[in-house]
Amino acid sequence: MLAAVGRAAIGSATNVGALAIQLWRSVLRLPAALPVVGHRRRWRTAVQQMMAIGVSALPVVALMSFCLGFVASLQAAAELRRYGATRYVVEFTAIAFTRELGALITAVAVAGRSASAIAAEVSTMVVSQEVDALTVMGLDPIDFTLAPKYLGALVTLPCLTILSMVFGIAAGYCFLAASIEMTVRAFVRDALAAIMLRDLVLTLIKSLLFATIVVHVGYMEGLRVSGGPEAVGRGTTAAVVKATFFVILTDLAATALFYAMGWSAAG
Amino acid sequence: MSANTGTAREAVISIRDLSVAFASRRVLDRVSLDVYRGEIVALVGGSGSGKTTILRQVVGLARPDSGTVAVSGSDLTSCSEAELAAVRRKIGVAFQESALFTSLTVEENAALPLHELTALADPVIALMAWIKLRAVGLADARQLFPRELSGGMKKRAAIARAIALDPDILVLDEPSAGLDPIIAAGLDELILVLKRSFGMTVLVVTHALESAFRIADRVAMLYQGSLIAVGTPSEFKASPHPRVRQFVQGQPERLADATEGFAASFLKEFKA
Repeated sequence: MLAAVGRAAIGSATNVGALAIQLWRSVLRLPAALPVVGHRRRWRTAVQQMMAIGVSALPVVALMSFCLGFVASLQAAAELRRYGATRYVVEFTAIAFTRELGALITAVAVAGRSASAIAAEVSTMVVSQEVDALTVMGLDPIDFTLAPKYLGALVTLPCLTILSMVFGIAAGYCFLAASIEMTVRAFVRDALAAIMLRDLVLTLIKSLLFATIVVHVGYMEGLRVSGGPEAVGRGTTAAVVKATFFVILTDLAATALFYAMGWSAAG
Repeated sequence: MSANTGTAREAVISIRDLSVAFASRRVLDRVSLDVYRGEIVALVGGSGSGKTTILRQVVGLARPDSGTVAVSGSDLTSCSEAELAAVRRKIGVAFQESALFTSLTVEENAALPLHELTALADPVIALMAWIKLRAVGLADARQLFPRELSGGMKKRAAIARAIALDPDILVLDEPSAGLDPIIAAGLDELILVLKRSFGMTVLVVTHALESAFRIADRVAMLYQGSLIAVGTPSEFKASPHPRVRQFVQGQPERLADATEGFAASFLKEFKA
């Protein structure tokens, strides 16, 4: 039993270490993926990745945010109505999305779509020896594959997060307009009063952390694959589960840190 | 070891006492082999004999437990990353799975090393890629994607990419695996043409003996991680080693057991 615990601890420590090394090396290679100063072909790949990770995730993120925004408003209104405070639903929804849900919904949606896609792509590259081929050509797989994906995610996740906030808060308006016939003017005034720039910035920082997790967990799960095609399937599943789990774990840690440091606007 | 034919010639690949173990299983046991400039050496052996392990050592994808691998005078087991990168520029590798990049056309695959590792202008790169595709007989298929290619065409495309940077050394992993005899013979022809026209040193890993005899200047056989015979095709065919005889005659493992006694007495003689 003790040995099993020890082995598990060593295993996860090794994983965390490998992830940290991979993260550091990809950060070093990020400038090469930038436009103008970087490598033209990397930037092209990065733009393709922005399309794959970001643009094609627009509908699902928008829809998920709208639905969750509506549900959250509904649930909040059911409670707040008892105190005759239905209009505080505006504040509730605005704060929930700018502080938390915008980044979280986006990250979960992107983890489901892109962590799996990245893991599948990378593991296929491993199985078909493409990673070996890159290495013997003197090309770094991190430079060639990971850095453009990372850049793509770093650019698109904050954008998607803002989109998610807009749709979530808009859903709150739709609910209030339907239930208490609130005007747009009143809604916008109350919502803007509730949104703090500081919250927005912190949430966008979180979305950068989530982008890092989704891309790197997906890539590492892809690299770990060994064996035949069925291993690719296992790798993609593991990538989604681990990426989602780590996103939520990081959310907890980051939120706790932001409050502990007194950076959050609350209080 | 036999066939000390080229002591005066320059060894481009020099493997010394190479040993590799995975977990507790010994995959290579003190293997030594020289590949001289301009020759084709075929490394043959059954499945699991350690052929691919040697190949991965020669191209610097893995490091051994002991022994050295020197390519163009640089010891891959102890050299720096920069030195390794320089050596890799001199080696072209065509993998067993072809390892073409699926999102790129044949032409883009062949041009990739040029785009990535040289500062040449695009028209020059296009021309060089075309020359290489022409050399492997794929000039007409350059706009196709890897999934649209047949097995033999994939191997040719992989070779075109491997020779894109005009390497001194070409390493081929099972070029004829999974191909019909006619296509396989065509690939053998291609390897000989490449050797003649580009003056490359070629290391071929294969389990197809007839192919090895057709193209190789020397044939080396691995058995259970040890090099049991090295020599020209005719020397190799005449080798008295029971495992070599078994491999040449294509006998199954059961029959080999019957010759085990002979092997033991042969080894005793050999040591004496």
